[in-house]
Amino acid sequence: MKRDKYKRPQTASGAARLKTSAMIASIADDDQPVKTAPFGHSLVEAALARPEIVGMSADLAKYTDLHIFAQACPDRFYQMGMAEQLLMGAAAGMAREGFVPFATTYAVFASRRAYDFICMAIAEENLNVKIVCALPGLTTGYGPSHQATEDLAIFRGLPNLTIIDPCDALEIEQAVPAIADHQGPVYMRLLRGKVPLVLDRYGYRFEIGKARILVDGADILLIASGLMTMRALEAAEQLAQQGIRVAVLHVSTIKPLDRETILAEALKPGRPVIVAENHTVIGGLGEAVAALLLRHGFSGRFRQIGLPDEFLDAGALPTLHERYGLSAARVADTIRTWLGGRERRPS
Amino acid sequence: MHERRPNTSLAQRAYHIRRYALRMAKVQGQGYIAQALGVADILAVSYFHALRFRPSEPEWEGRDRFLLSIGHYAIALYAALIEAGILPEDEIETYGSDDSRLPMSGMAAYTPGMEITGGSLGQGLSIAVGMCLGLKRKRSASVVYNLLSDGELNEGSTWEAALSAASFGLDNLIAIVDVNNMQADGPSKSVLNFEPLAEKFLSFGWYVQRVNGNDIEALSAAFDHARDSSERKPRIIICDTRMGKGIDFLEMRERNHFLRVEAEEWSRALAVLDAGMPQ
Repeated sequence: MKRDKYKRPQTASGAARLKTSAMIASIADDDQPVKTAPFGHSLVEAALARPEIVGMSADLAKYTDLHIFAQACPDRFYQMGMAEQLLMGAAAGMAREGFVPFATTYAVFASRRAYDFICMAIAEENLNVKIVCALPGLTTGYGPSHQATEDLAIFRGLPNLTIIDPCDALEIEQAVPAIADHQGPVYMRLLRGKVPLVLDRYGYRFEIGKARILVDGADILLIASGLMTMRALEAAEQLAQQGIRVAVLHVSTIKPLDRETILAEALKPGRPVIVAENHTVIGGLGEAVAALLLRHGFSGRFRQIGLPDEFLDAGALPTLHERYGLSAARVADTIRTWLGGRERRPS
Repeated sequence: MHERRPNTSLAQRAYHIRRYALRMAKVQGQGYIAQALGVADILAVSYFHALRFRPSEPEWEGRDRFLLSIGHYAIALYAALIEAGILPEDEIETYGSDDSRLPMSGMAAYTPGMEITGGSLGQGLSIAVGMCLGLKRKRSASVVYNLLSDGELNEGSTWEAALSAASFGLDNLIAIVDVNNMQADGPSKSVLNFEPLAEKFLSFGWYVQRVNGNDIEALSAAFDHARDSSERKPRIIICDTRMGKGIDFLEMRERNHFLRVEAEEWSRALAVLDAGMPQ
């Protein structure tokens, strides 16, 4: 794709001001119920029950909500400095000595910079390291240096690694003790700070490897993970008012995929399948589901909602979610257009 | 502690390690034999002078940990593990073969006594930092030894770990650097110069010694000092070694990072080694 060398100049009146800091972004809407630092608080609770849990970070404890744990359990927190390869290697060493380290950084640094350490020092040895990373997908407007738009594509190929993409505060709270109990390495995408509380209304229980139908509907099956499940639920409500009945299947374990539930839902006749994820359309949940369906004789309509195969813009998160199609309104639009058959171009 | 051949000198141990390594390399006709010959004295002193371990119980909690981050040196460590009675001698013939417990690059899941999976160079010292922190949490007296190569000094992660070990005051860490001055593409100092090395680690806050890595007495003293020092610092023993040590015609060979040795040369190599057998 041809790209101009620089962006076009904007006038101050023409450009949208950031509504939140590009760095300290919350994905919560203003009027949404939230919980603060659910990861940090649930890790403190899990650590009470399991003395082998330790916390480690690469100079991002405060920005991964691990500071809550560091304050509550200072002798169990290890500041490794801004050195992600060391962080992952040392976490492997800790796990070798019987501890259960929760190692935190940003998703970009874990997946891009420390990949070989996660691969060889942790995953190849099936060690009990829990890698918990903030800013997955498009959850910061800071630009490509901090936007982990391809973290799932990078990690999905890694044997032994369990991958979790939680939707909200409730799921994070339930996932922390579950991944602590799980034998083996886990990568969990983290929503930090003020995290929306959504799934309590659906009687949801997190279980590693289990996808759950949150809402049933006869017209289309919308499969989603992470924060896109929240957007999917909002879009489903909007579409219901227009008579479109959307089933929402939440798949928070990206690997191993809950093949049974996904196939059972997708192979019900008459429903096109659409997968929404906070990730590039390459190599994430969408392609994982597509490959699964293709292998099992699915012949219906299928499409993906996800980030384009591009380095994304910097800016305010709401602007960017609107621009790249992740907002609830854009998800609803995409589904309406697609079902209406007005969309011509394949995507 | 060491049941096999109890009254054996360290020089004899080193000779046995070299001999096992040569026999293994002969199976494939090629390999990292020059490194193994160069590092045999270090391994002899490590396993038969410094380390606490139980041959029949390689995962004994009270053992000292020996991390081989340089996976391609596995042939040397297998030889030491055989000499130590952790591995049986009769597996030598399987070295590098399908389904062998002795693969070319050392892996923890394959071999008793192989603490970590090496091969991706530059990871060992970071893992060692985590193990040292973990051992301190457990109030364990065990020491973590990490054998790394001068080539691994090229990797940035080695220096992240060097900063960290000093920052945490890891006095239960003893790093051993095999400075044989040979990497895949040529002499280490011309590939990426790491000298002056002792000064670097000193300035990082380590307890530093530099010795002739083929001098068993010097090595023994250095290991003692490293262990007995009361300084709250990680320790490093920089060992200058000679590739191919003990087999003159292999010592002389240029570009000996990965050696191919002709069939008739193996018996010659063993003969040269045996001629110099320590009494």
